[in-house]
Amino acid sequence: MDDITLKRTPLHAAHKGSGARLVPFAGYEMPLQFSGIIAEHTATRQSAGLFDVSHMGQIDVTGAGAAAWLERLTPSDIVGLAPGRARYTVLTTPSGGVVDDLIVTRLPHGFRLVVNGARRAAVAAHVAANPGEDVALNWLDRALLALQGPAAEMVLSSHVSGDLSGLAYMAALETEAFGAAALVSRLGYTGEDGFEVSLPTEAAEGAWMALAADPRVTPVGLGARDTLRLEAGLCLYGQDLLEDISPVEAGLRFVIQKRRRESGGFLGADTILAELADGPARTRVGLSVEGRVPVRAGAPLFEGGRSVGTVTSGGVSPTLGRPIAFGLVVAGAGAALEAEVRGKRVPVTVTPLPFVPPNTKRKTTP
Amino acid sequence: MKRFTDDHEWLLLEGDVATVGITDHAQEQLGDITFVELPEVGRGLKKGDAFAVVESVKAASDVYAPLDGEVVAVNEAIDADPELVNKAAETEGWFAKIKLSDASAVGALMDEAAYKAFVEASG
Repeated sequence: MDDITLKRTPLHAAHKGSGARLVPFAGYEMPLQFSGIIAEHTATRQSAGLFDVSHMGQIDVTGAGAAAWLERLTPSDIVGLAPGRARYTVLTTPSGGVVDDLIVTRLPHGFRLVVNGARRAAVAAHVAANPGEDVALNWLDRALLALQGPAAEMVLSSHVSGDLSGLAYMAALETEAFGAAALVSRLGYTGEDGFEVSLPTEAAEGAWMALAADPRVTPVGLGARDTLRLEAGLCLYGQDLLEDISPVEAGLRFVIQKRRRESGGFLGADTILAELADGPARTRVGLSVEGRVPVRAGAPLFEGGRSVGTVTSGGVSPTLGRPIAFGLVVAGAGAALEAEVRGKRVPVTVTPLPFVPPNTKRKTTP
Repeated sequence: MKRFTDDHEWLLLEGDVATVGITDHAQEQLGDITFVELPEVGRGLKKGDAFAVVESVKAASDVYAPLDGEVVAVNEAIDADPELVNKAAETEGWFAKIKLSDASAVGALMDEAAYKAFVEASG
């Protein structure tokens, strides 16, 4: 049945055994859904969802030149990132587009990067084309589990030796978890409080089984992962982020801290800093969709007779019970637009993101 | 007698009118269904025409006309409650009644056993 050889995460056997529906994603055979997308989505918002995100690339960056190199490849303040802190950022292209979005965490021995599974090869080519002085990269063979939702801290705490209650949002802790050396980070892709746990591959199945056996926990596949991030207003690389969409266009100004806006010195800085000064030609916006017909990625957007952009992501929000979408629209377009779905015009309204307010743990000072 | 197509639709023929829907296997593959776009009553269909669209949380999927005919009724109940297709795809979750141009063509479609084998072979 497999035309191409799909890679498997260390949890493949567990997923197969649980009856999950597996689909090809990012070169891996990944669970699309376990019990059903809406049920998994709701369980994450109300209690805790468990995700296998081991397809994502985990890279250790070490060496005296690591921070300076990361500041050339990203527009973020990496030098000023405190140990144990994580930051969401992007790898920019020389023309100001995005190679990938990622999390950078500063650890005592260097930096940990988590990149998209579907972008592993693109990231590898990009870093090879932009080498740094005194920098070593090591692609890790580790599992990555995410536990997301209001019950996540309580559930995970009993499996971790370190104290999670004191761990701030966007902070990470090297500790023992599930009997193995783990990196536990308080962040995620759902808008909920939650954690990502990086584990040695051999510890992954035991960890998954222990968490899945908890009555507060529901295994969640890629389907609900997408609806959760859409409600939370978060970008998906390949749809909302591309090599020809800039971080400013994608609504990610916040990844460019003040010092970097002044100093520049990153790939694509000319374009990106000009966009910050003058405004981008296009902007990613939230779209509220009138009626019940979902508006999906690729649907053209119009303002009257004028083409003003494209829907980059869209679907039905399980929380709101109505369709929502992101669009990339030209500067100067109004708020009342129409999307074309199967030859018909569907009214959509530009609306602030996120669609569902975040429930992440309040930032606390370390 | 109930018949099936390789596009995962079922038909139940009464006289020359076929009640048409998607199979239980199809609804299971589609997942949570949130909206069904039904055809207009009176629309003429050629075999293979996309006559309805099922929107699930995942994606939009076309439903194809199993045979030539004309739409004579649609199921308003699934318009009001699309989940009915998940709950009862092959009974209350029917999509449309189609008056067939040639009712005898139904005989060439798969019966339940053949469809079951087809699903297993493609699964």
